[in-house]
Formats: sequence, C-alpha cells, structure tokens
Amino acid sequence: MSAIVIPAPTAEPKRLSDETFWGIVLIAPYFAVFALFVVFPVLYGIWLGSNPSAYTKLFQDPIFFSTIVNTVVFLLVAVNVKMIVALVLSGFFLHEARWIRWLSVLFLLAWAAPSIPTILSFRWMLNPEWGMVNALIFKWFGVEGPGWLTERHYGLGAAIVVHIWKSLPFWTLILLAGRMTIPKELYESAGVDGATPWQAFRYVTWPSMRGLYLTCVLLSTIWSLGDFNSVYLLTGGGPIDSTQVLATLGIRYLRQDQVDVALAAIIVAMPAVIPIVWFMMKRLSGEHVQE
Amino acid sequence: MRVPRNLPLYVIGVLVFLWTAIPIYHLFIIALAPGQEAVASGLVPKNPTVQNFSIVLGAKHNLVQYFWQQLGASVFIAVMVALITLAIGACANFAITRLRIRGGRTITNIALLTYLIPAAFLAIPMYKIMGIYRLVDSPWSLIFAMVALASPYAIWVMNQASQKIPRELDEAAKVDGATTMQIFRLVYLPLMAPTMVAIGTYALLLAWNEYLYAFLMLATESRLTLAVALGNFLAFDDAPWALLMATGIIYALPPTAIYYAFRRYMVSGLTAGAVKS
Repeated sequence: MSAIVIPAPTAEPKRLSDETFWGIVLIAPYFAVFALFVVFPVLYGIWLGSNPSAYTKLFQDPIFFSTIVNTVVFLLVAVNVKMIVALVLSGFFLHEARWIRWLSVLFLLAWAAPSIPTILSFRWMLNPEWGMVNALIFKWFGVEGPGWLTERHYGLGAAIVVHIWKSLPFWTLILLAGRMTIPKELYESAGVDGATPWQAFRYVTWPSMRGLYLTCVLLSTIWSLGDFNSVYLLTGGGPIDSTQVLATLGIRYLRQDQVDVALAAIIVAMPAVIPIVWFMMKRLSGEHVQE
Repeated sequence: MRVPRNLPLYVIGVLVFLWTAIPIYHLFIIALAPGQEAVASGLVPKNPTVQNFSIVLGAKHNLVQYFWQQLGASVFIAVMVALITLAIGACANFAITRLRIRGGRTITNIALLTYLIPAAFLAIPMYKIMGIYRLVDSPWSLIFAMVALASPYAIWVMNQASQKIPRELDEAAKVDGATTMQIFRLVYLPLMAPTMVAIGTYALLLAWNEYLYAFLMLATESRLTLAVALGNFLAFDDAPWALLMATGIIYALPPTAIYYAFRRYMVSGLTAGAVKS
C-alpha cells in the first residue's frame, strides 16, 4: 500500500484550453475539404470499381494491353531520359557565365508557360500534311516525312518528347539546387589530387546526389503516370487507340459511359502505384522529422 | 587546331536554346500567319500580321465568341483557388505547427499522400461526386477540386517554412498578453509572407493551367476556362490553327509573367522540400 498518490495526468481543467479550441477550429476547413473532395471520391471510386464484370470487360478489351505496354514504355523512356538529361544540364547551369544565366531564364520558359498552347504547337508542327517539320524535311531532303502523329510508334515517341520538353526545366532546377549544396572545397581538393571531370562527378557529385536523384526518379514516375495532357492533346490516344496510356484510357471509358471500367483501369494500376507512393512518403516525411 | 576549352559548353548551350525556343517560336509564327494559311513552310513568316489577335480580342469568330467570358472564368477560378488554398493552408499549418494539435504529424502525412497521388487518377471519382454535390458545370466544382489538390502541397511546404520561425516569438507575444488569434495575425502571418506568395502563385498557376478537371467538370461553352476552350478547337477537322495559336499566346502570357515575377519565391518554395531528402 503505497502512501504516494500519483497525480492523474489529466489534472488540467476539463475545459478546452484556448490553444486546443483554436487548433480544432483552424484545422476544420482542411478536414472538410479533405473529407468531401478526397476521402469521399476515393471511397466512392473504389465502390464504383468493385464490380467484377468491369474487370472482365477491361481484360477482354485488346486496347487495355496495348495501353499497359504504352504506359510502361512511356514511363521507362520518359523518366530515365528526362532525369539523365536533367542531371547533365544541372551541371551545365552550375557555370556562372552570364550567357548561361540568361539561357537558364529562357530554358525555364517551357516549365513556366501553360502546357496546352505548347502541346498544340507541337501537334501542328508535327502534322504530317501541313506541319513545319515535314515541310522542312521535304524542302531540304526532297522526301515525304513520316506520319508523326498517325503511326503508333512515332505518336508515342512524340508524346514522350512533349512530356520531357515540359518537365525537364523543373527537374533540372531541383538537381541544380542539389548540386549547389555540395561544398566547393570538395571539388577543389579533388582538383588538387588531379581528378578528371568524370572522376570528380563519380566520387564527389554522385555520392551526394544519389539520394536526391532517386527521390526525383520516383516522384517523376508517379507524376508521369498521371500525365494526361501530353498524350490526349497530341494524339488523342489515336490512331485507333494505339497510343493510349492509363491516364487517358480511364477518361476514354468515362466518356463512353463505362464508369466502372474506367475505375477498374485505375484500380488495376494501384499495385504498382501504392508501393512507390508509400516508399516516397516514408522518405519525404522521415527527412522532415530530422530537420 | 586546338579545341576551345569551353566548346562542350557552347554546344550544350546551342542545343538547350534550340530545344526550348523552337516550339515557342513555332507558336508565334503560326499565330502571326495571315488568314486561313497557318502553314509554316519556311522558318520566317512571309506576311506576318496581328489580324488573328484582333479577331480573338474582338471575339469575331465562332470559336472565340466567348473569349472574354472564358478569360473571366479562368481569372475567377484561379484567384479563388489561390485565396482559398492560402486560407486553408495557413490555418491548418498554424494549427499543426504552432498550436501543435494532436495528430498533427498524421495530418501532414495524409496531406503528403494526397500530394503524391497522380491527379489524373482522382479525376474520375472527383467528377462523379461533383454530380452528387450538384456542382457539375459550376465554376465551384473546379475551384473545390483544385483546392483539394493544392492544399496538401501548401501544408507540406508551409510546415517546413514555419519550422524556421522561432517558437520563442509566440511565447514572447503570449507573455505580452496576445491571444492565439493575435499571434496568428500579428506574428505568424507576417513572417510567413514569402511562403504565402510562393503558395499563392503555385495554386493560381495550377488552377489556370488545369485542363483535365476543367474539361470534365465544365460544359457550358460560355463558362469554360480558356484551357478547355483551346482544347475544344481540336473538335473541328479544319481547326483554324492561326486563331488557336493566337488565343494560346494570350492565354499563356499572364501565368508566364506571374511565374517570372515571383520566380525567386517559387524556386525556394519548390526546391526546399525536395532537396533536403
């Protein structure tokens, strides 16, 4: 029988403190938006997509398989090419020459400007009959250019180019910021030791950029998966649905009033998306705490 | 012959210049093409004219007859999204990082999760629930959708920025007798101003540039945003491309100007989050 009375931890008055009260009031608007426009649509989407016959329809649709192939090719090529070029360009923009600084202002334009007008510019430029590209090919080489947007491989390739064109400045900027955090002394001492530019990259730049590069690749993969505009506004998924990707396929089914199939197409992608999202979340929020 | 030391730099520089400039240059030469031509056979426009711009600004063609209403819709939606995102983000961030409500970390993580979901995947169920809320074809459907997409990022970036504001300031204000809301208005908001500019610009541009959600949720031609109106040109086999490009340039100018004006804030706001990891 202990004589010591341990005070209950909830010794504070029951009334809400001023801070708790305002905390609840101030977080409420975000909660409302989140519940009404994120949680509810996600649950409703899962419910709509829980019809087994939708999956039968989806798997029997030959377009679905070509779409999966297109999506995988789109992601592998677009993300890797974009990130490698961004890595190289971030080294280029690190130079402090004035003309390079001016060029970086121009380079940013692709990211700063809204995507629709520039995608449509690409579309008209690549028009097989009237576009500038084939007109110049004919003028300079005397041959008919290919049907850039009317053949599957060219169409998908063009969509990848447009996607890279738009997002390259953003990733270059992020990697440039990463490069700027590397202390200059490391390069100086590498230079003293007689390191070649490649060795300086291999042993100084890369070790400090590796983590950031991986983060960027994963983020870019998720976001590229959701790129609707580059395909829809360039090829419209055509010719005969041969350049559809998952982001445009769902909308195609929706337009055909097959909502359940549309959601099935999205839910099918989740086993690939959720692990990446989960990994990224751990990565980003983990770093956040250490700060 | 010796190769100049900077030759690789010049080569990359020329490539970067051409890569960026060609699609934009093409946009301009088509927009300046006379009448129904819109065919760029050469690299230099033959008879450049601003006629297409005056047709758009005068709404003197079927496809641009609602140009001013659509511009108005784009402005209204973008401004509302920016203001609401800022309000919701600042309140939530203050509650999480300054008042330290319980579950703040969980809320931050959930916000991060929302930010990572590809927006195109959420579009379909979002469109369906707008039907339930009877908001389809109302600008508010797009406003709410964009706020839901922008506010997680706002909270995440604000969380990182507000950690740099010392908590001692709050304590000192409290000792001086400031109420919680006075601390919010007089200590927190002024110190967060640079981040608020970055987030406001981000949300404004996100809404102005959005195509997919706007294309799904808005239907009446006079109430479309300019982004959707541009896409609708493609429904015509013989789309007047010169007019389309001219409209596209007018549509692209304000957000591009805003981006460059606030570039300094944008860059630090955007990169702060990513670079640390």
